[in-house]
Parts: sequence; C-alpha cells; structure tokens
Amino acid sequence: MRTRVFPWFWKCFLILLLAAAFTGARAQDLKSFEQRITTKVLPNGLTLIICERPEAPVFSFSTFIDAGDVNDPSGQSGLAHMFEHLAFKGTTQIGTTNWEAEKLALAKVEAANDAYEAEYLKAVGRDEKKLAELHKAFKDAEAEAHKFVIPNQFTDVAERNGAEGLNAFTAMDETVYFWSMPENRLELWAWLESSRLADAAPREFYKERDVVNEERRMRTDSNPTGRLVEQFLATAYVAHNYGRSAIGWPSEVQQITATEAMDFHKKYYVGANVVVAVVGDVKASEALPLLEKYFGRMPAGPKPEEMTTVEPKQFAEKTVAIREQTQPFFLEGYHRPDYRSPDSAVYDAISDIMSNGRVSRLYRSLVRDQKIAAYAAGFSPFPGDKYPGLFAIYAVPLPGHTPAEMGVALHREIDKFKNADVTDDELQMFKTRTRADLLRGLADNQGLANDLAEYQSRYGDWRELFLELDKVDKVTKADIRRVANAIFVPSNRTSAWIETEAPAAAAKKDGGAQ
Amino acid sequence: MKRISGISMVLAIAALALAPSTLHAQQSKPWEQIPTPKLHDFKPQQPKRIELKNGIVLFLQEDHELPFVTGWVLIPGGSRDEDAAKIGVVSLYGQAWRTSGTAKLNGDALDDLLEAKAAHISTWGDEDSTGIYWNSLKQDADQVFSLTLDLLLHPVFSADKLDLAQQQEASGIVRRNDDEGEIAGRESAKLVYGANSPYARQPELATIGAVTVDDLKAWHDRTLGGKLIVGVLGDFDPAAMEAKLRAAFEALPAVKPEPERHDSFADPKPGLYFIDKEDVNQSNIEIVGLGTDRHNPDVPALAVMNEILGGGFASRLFQKVRTELGFAYAVSGSYGYDWDHPGEFRAMAMTKSATTVDATKATLAELNGLTTKPFTAEELARAKDNILNSFLFKYDTRSKVLWEHLHLEFNGYPSDYLESYKAGIEKVTTADLDRVAKKYIHPEKLAILVVGNGPEIKPGLDELKMGAPQPIDITIPMPKQPEEKKQ
Repeated sequence: MRTRVFPWFWKCFLILLLAAAFTGARAQDLKSFEQRITTKVLPNGLTLIICERPEAPVFSFSTFIDAGDVNDPSGQSGLAHMFEHLAFKGTTQIGTTNWEAEKLALAKVEAANDAYEAEYLKAVGRDEKKLAELHKAFKDAEAEAHKFVIPNQFTDVAERNGAEGLNAFTAMDETVYFWSMPENRLELWAWLESSRLADAAPREFYKERDVVNEERRMRTDSNPTGRLVEQFLATAYVAHNYGRSAIGWPSEVQQITATEAMDFHKKYYVGANVVVAVVGDVKASEALPLLEKYFGRMPAGPKPEEMTTVEPKQFAEKTVAIREQTQPFFLEGYHRPDYRSPDSAVYDAISDIMSNGRVSRLYRSLVRDQKIAAYAAGFSPFPGDKYPGLFAIYAVPLPGHTPAEMGVALHREIDKFKNADVTDDELQMFKTRTRADLLRGLADNQGLANDLAEYQSRYGDWRELFLELDKVDKVTKADIRRVANAIFVPSNRTSAWIETEAPAAAAKKDGGAQ
Repeated sequence: MKRISGISMVLAIAALALAPSTLHAQQSKPWEQIPTPKLHDFKPQQPKRIELKNGIVLFLQEDHELPFVTGWVLIPGGSRDEDAAKIGVVSLYGQAWRTSGTAKLNGDALDDLLEAKAAHISTWGDEDSTGIYWNSLKQDADQVFSLTLDLLLHPVFSADKLDLAQQQEASGIVRRNDDEGEIAGRESAKLVYGANSPYARQPELATIGAVTVDDLKAWHDRTLGGKLIVGVLGDFDPAAMEAKLRAAFEALPAVKPEPERHDSFADPKPGLYFIDKEDVNQSNIEIVGLGTDRHNPDVPALAVMNEILGGGFASRLFQKVRTELGFAYAVSGSYGYDWDHPGEFRAMAMTKSATTVDATKATLAELNGLTTKPFTAEELARAKDNILNSFLFKYDTRSKVLWEHLHLEFNGYPSDYLESYKAGIEKVTTADLDRVAKKYIHPEKLAILVVGNGPEIKPGLDELKMGAPQPIDITIPMPKQPEEKKQ
C-alpha cells in the first residue's frame, strides 16, 4: 500500500503519456489499439478493458476505483487508504479457517472497540481503570478473532503463483490495485481480484491501522518534505478536501473503525465505480467470458454522488514558514481548473517549457546561470486532477541561498510567461516530446493498463489517451500567455518554505568535528 | 528490497505451516480448483554478441515494436577506484562529461539539438562503472549515435560545468542529514565495510572541492582504454547496425585488462550504535553485517533463505513485525550478494519511537530464528514457488534480456548464469537451508544501528542489554576555506 510517495510524479508521468497517436509510427496509433482492445460494460456497471500485447507470456492488470481520500467522510481522513490496506487481508473465503465463526468474533471486536472509544472520548469523567479494562477486553476480542485468521493468505496465493510488483496506491482521487502475472494464471487472478472487490472481510483491521500509522510517520511526520507538503496543502485549500491530509490526520486515522472502512467499501466499490484493465498475452475472445463470470459478482449499486464542495476563489496570498534544523526548501502553488478544462494541455505546455530537462527555463535560469538552486521545477495538477488542483513549483536552494531568493527568481520566470510569448522552438519541443513520450509508454504492460483504466474512468473512453494529442497540437503561444496571466497572480498563490534554524546547542559546538 | 513499497515489503509466517491442519482446515479452497494451463511457449530473444579484435564486446538486440533506438556503453572503473582525497570525482565526471559536450558542440547546444527531437544522451558515474546512454526515435538514430560517439571519444571538460556539478554535489552533501532513512542507510554501510572503504565512504565538501578539470580528463583517458561493452536495443537493421558499431569501435586500441582489486573485507564491529535525530517520531533500525558475492555456490540456497526471511507477505519478518505486531510499515531483511564483492547482510524496520526496543528484539529474534527455528517443507515450497513462478519477469522484455547479458559480460559471468541460478534454486532442500543458515548467520557478529529521537525512545536502548549505545557523529565537516563560489 504504497500511498503517494510523490503523487505528482505519477501524475506528471501520466500527463506525459497522455497524448495521442504518433503519426509516423506503424503499430502504435489509435487504429492499431482499437484492433487490439476490447471493452465491455457488465450488467453490474463494471467496465472491463482487455488489450492484447502478446510479447511475452505475461499480463498486467490495473483495477481503478473512482474513489480516493478526497472521498473520506469528515472526521475520517485516511479512510480510503485504510480500506486499501484491508483489501490485502483476504475475503470470506480466503484468509480464514471458518468465516462464520470469524464473523461473529469480528463483531465482538467492533463492539469492544466501540466501548473503549466511548470511554476514551469522554470529555468529562473518563474512568482510567474502566478504560484499561475496556482496552484489555478489546485486545482479548482481537486475539479471539485472530484464531480464525490465516495471515496474508490472499497475497501468499498471488505471490506463489508468480505475482510480480504486487501493490496498490491510494491517491486523492482514486485507488488503484495492480500486479503482473504469468498468463496461465489469468483465471486465478480474476478469482482473487474479483473476490476482494466483491467480498472483502474486515480482518486484522486494528493491527493494520498501526501499520498505517507507521506509514504516516515514515512519509510525513519524520520527513521534512512530507511535513512541508502537508502544511502547504492545508493552507492552500480552505474548503475542498484536497487540503486535507491524504494519509489522514493522526487523531482521525487512530479512530477509524473496521465498520467505517466496510461502509466506505459498500458505497464506493460498486460496479459503476470500477474499471479493470488487463494488458498482455491475453486473447479477448477467451478471456472475456471468464472475466465476465468473475467480475460479474461485484455488486451493482448506484454510482456514488460526486463531491459538491467547490473551493472558493482565493483572494489573499498565503504563506507557510517552517523554521527547523533541516535544509531550506521552497514550494508554491496557484489554483487551476480540473482535468476537464479546455486549457488542460496548456498547463502541460507551461510545466514542460518551465521544467523539462536542461533546456527548461527554470534549469537554465536558476540552476545554470544564476547558480542559486540545485533543482527547480513546476508540476501540475497537484494533489489531484479530478477537482481543481494547483499548479505547483518548487526550488531546492544551493548552500548559502535562501527560500526568499527562490521566490524572487521563480516569479521573474513566471513573469516572462505572462509578458512575452514562448518561442516557436519551445512550443514545438513540447509537442514533439509529448508525442514521443506517449509512444515510449506503450511498450509496458503495467503502465498501459494503468493508463487505459484511468482514461476509461475519467473520460468514459480509453481513446482519449490518444485523442488528447489533438489538444496538445492545438496549444498556441497566445493560450500560454493567457493562462499564465490568469493564474500566476499573487492573490492566487500559496507559498511554503523551510528556513534552516540552527540547533540550540550548535552555538557551543565547533562545527566540523570528524 | 525497496524500502518504500507498500504492501509488498516483507512477511512471514508460516501460517500454513504452523497451523495444524486438523484445527485450521478451511472448508474449501476455491482457488485451488482453478486450473493452471500450460504456459504459452516462450523463448526469449537473445541479443547477438560480437567480440571485436581489440576486445570490445557488442550486443545487438532487435525490438521492432516501437520506432526507437537505445544504446549503452559500459566502461569499467568507478567511484570505488577513485583517489581518497578526491572522493566524488567519478560522480562529478558523470555529470560534467555530458553537460560540457564536445569541441564541435558544447553541452548546452547538444541539449537544444536533442530535446527538439525528443532524444536523449546522458552519461553516468557509478560505483563500478561509468558510461554513456542514448535514445531517440528511429528517424534520428544515425545522427544521435554519431553525437554519442563524438561525446565518447572527444569530450571537452569545462570548468564551468565542473563548477555546476560541484555545486549540485555540495547541495546533496549539506542535505544528507535531513532524511533519517538516508542517514541510516549510509551510516550502516559504513559499519559494514568501514568508514573509509571504497564501498561506503562518502564525498565531503573538501574532497569534491579538490577536483579539477584535469582530474576529469585524466579519468576519461584512463578508463576509455578498458573493456568497453556496447549494447544496442530497438528498431534497427541488424547488419547495418553491426557495420556501424564495428566502424566506430574496431579502430580503438586493444583493451587494457582491469587491474586486480585488493579490497579487504571484515565483519563489522558488533554492538549497538545510535544517532539522535530530534525531528522524527519514528526510529530507523538497521541490523547489518557482511554478505557474500554471486560466485559463491551457496547463493541459490541463500536466495531461498532470503525469500523465507523477508521476501514477501508471507515471509517471517513481514508476518511477525508488520502483520502480527503492527510495529512497522517498512520491514525487510536479506543476506546480500553482489557481483564481485561481498554485499550486505541487512535487516531493517521503521517503528515509532516507543516500540524501538520491541521491534529491534522482534527483528533480531527472526534473524536468530534462521538458525534455531527449523525451515519447514512448506516454507521451502512457498519460497521456491515465489521465486520460480515469477522468474520469467527477469526476461519478459527484450530490454531486460539485453541488460542481463550486459551485466554478465561486465562482471565476467557465463552467459547461461541465469539458467544455472534457476536450476540451483530448484535443487535447494531444507537441509541446504539449515546448512547455509548455520554457516552464514551469526547474529553476534552484527552491528545494530538505531537512528531516532533519543528522548522519545522509551523504554530506552539499554533494555537491549548490549551496553551503552555508541554514538555516531554525523556532523558534516565544513572546509576551513568555503569552496562555494560567490556570485
């Protein structure tokens, strides 16, 4: 359950892949994919995509759930991610010695947890002795339920059958499960994957919650950039859930219950909310009946209502200054529209010209010529694309340079986008690279499965992966200048930085001891 | 093993093995009723190997799926061979080589030319090699190859680009204590190999500051005479490509043999080491010792042992430390083997400050268990299934097959190494596991490093009964005369 290491890296990668068919290529255009791709919507609403790529006797899959941490109910941040962890714990058939008995035991765990929480959360008159007893009762119930568990059996069966790269991630907008396998395990995979989608069991939940708390400590609490990014987003957004910790605020994660995770599953893991893409040595004519049989087991359910909160227009510049004993860092973001915006490709053009490689403006200006930064880049959208996100830019100062200098230098570069057209060469380079990078991604089963599932889910048609290149080709210099002027204004900006603070004891130390 | 992958980090239990089947029989195992058909026939395409008269070796791997051509030139010699007073020179070389460019076309102009074609040429400097990489659309392949060749044979090294690389490197040095995982990995490697070992030493501001343009030129002239290995992959005509590569490389002088290495390796000084970091709420625990190399005939048995110890969700460490105890998200362990020198025996776990001692004990118990808790037939079968059923992912793309051959050639292994390794895995028995565990696993020889928030670690590390933890000073030495240039 990798959750967002650098979620935007993945996004940026996809954006590079976006685009469309490369006209010069033989078997890599939309037409060739149309011949190799079969799409089917099952009666329960679930969409299957099969892409035949028989280069080697293997396949990869991507199960794309159109729900992520943005859908966590209020007070339950981190819930989508908690369920993702639960999805590796097995089902009513796998991972248990006796589901009927285990189910009863798990109900007792929930009751014991509720009783403990009720006492723990008492504002007045909490009885510590009673609390300790309730905690013991909870632990006893957990131990009782554990007697029926065959730990990690679900993943064990997958791994023993050759699963490679088995993992999942929860992003703000979606939850994605994936691995690769030898092609002769297709039916086994279909059974495993459809089972956990349709038939998850709330097993070992509270232990796993401890594991997720450790994941948070690793990614966020004990990581300077993790801390900065969490505060940055919380400041940039006042209403929308993009401002909320995706892995969850500690107090909220600590109180998520198995019941809540299963409620989330019931609401969001319904056919209409799921796309499953399979790419590799698979024949659609043989595989489709099989996949229909297994994935047809998933409950239908209505497509969950979309979130209706809209981030209000920002009207005041916001800043976050962290002073601590780590090296300086600078990050800023400007609100921009969601992925459906007609200007979506214009944002991609700006971030490409700003950041892609040693020809990019930020590299040449801040790194090569001014020699004030080790690295500087813009990326967008962040932290998600389904709802209006941010166009973010960061810079890593060289020794002796400050975050404030980064801000000044970045704004000078931004002003150039606002006050002058990009060059013909820059614009053409963006279009050429976007095309080539789309092509480069087509020879990878897992990458292709992820893209097809995402585009099918987001646009209702995987072809958009290719058709988007038309939008890229239509981007003009005037578009770039217009969009830059629209969003790169101080009142739309949130900046966050780390300033290095000397340790209290440092004054006494004579730095440089070996 | 990756530290940050999620779900798939480590595990173990032997749940099936330990659970008496009469008590824990599942009513049915529907997945076992699902047939496993015969795998489609598959003979991975092998690259064509050509050894030139001067000793340079070429590998050609056709792949016509996409209209790209990609290539690599591997050059023996890397940071482990650099002068101790100039640690970091190879890394600087790897950057400045490409950014400086050639007499005909400087690095910036090269960037402009290539990026307009969505093409890439890059250079690198690693522990045991340097090299050059190129990639372009087929239509640009001839031009990009000749640019690559020019950069390989006629580089200029500019003071300005060295300066840029030095500043980048300096930024990495001053930032190296910000992330506790980075600290733990680096400092534990020093415990394994020794702080001054070519396999663990680190660049300092003073050592990178001492590097000159002449050092880069000298490095280039010296290593270019070594045994170059060239690999090309993609959409090309093999006869034409072979002719082109021959024309380019046959004219070079006969390769000089690599000098013998005289590294010395010893077990770490056992004990408990500690690095205090006040801005974290999680401890990074590393338990480390010396591993072995791939020439060791016990490697297949060790690979199976590693799978049982830390290889997947069902491994012992994952099952105990993560699933059962909930102590860690990231936990792993393996007895490492490198191509031509001993790897590291390393177990790690990241846990909240308060469970540092318990998680350390639990991890150590699993290491001890390798010699005290007999390997079961079920564990052996699972580990073999895990390794063998996913084995084809080592060669499911033509690029992976090519890279396997490049590695083997570079390190002097026979080209059928992967097959004999696989055959070795198939033959491993529980007796082999017991034997290698007794031979290689000596927990008393291991060093334990904890990086964490001292005041928060309660119970304290003294509970481990290993004496007072020895502090490691990670202060970054600042040169007396700051090397950074003023604007």
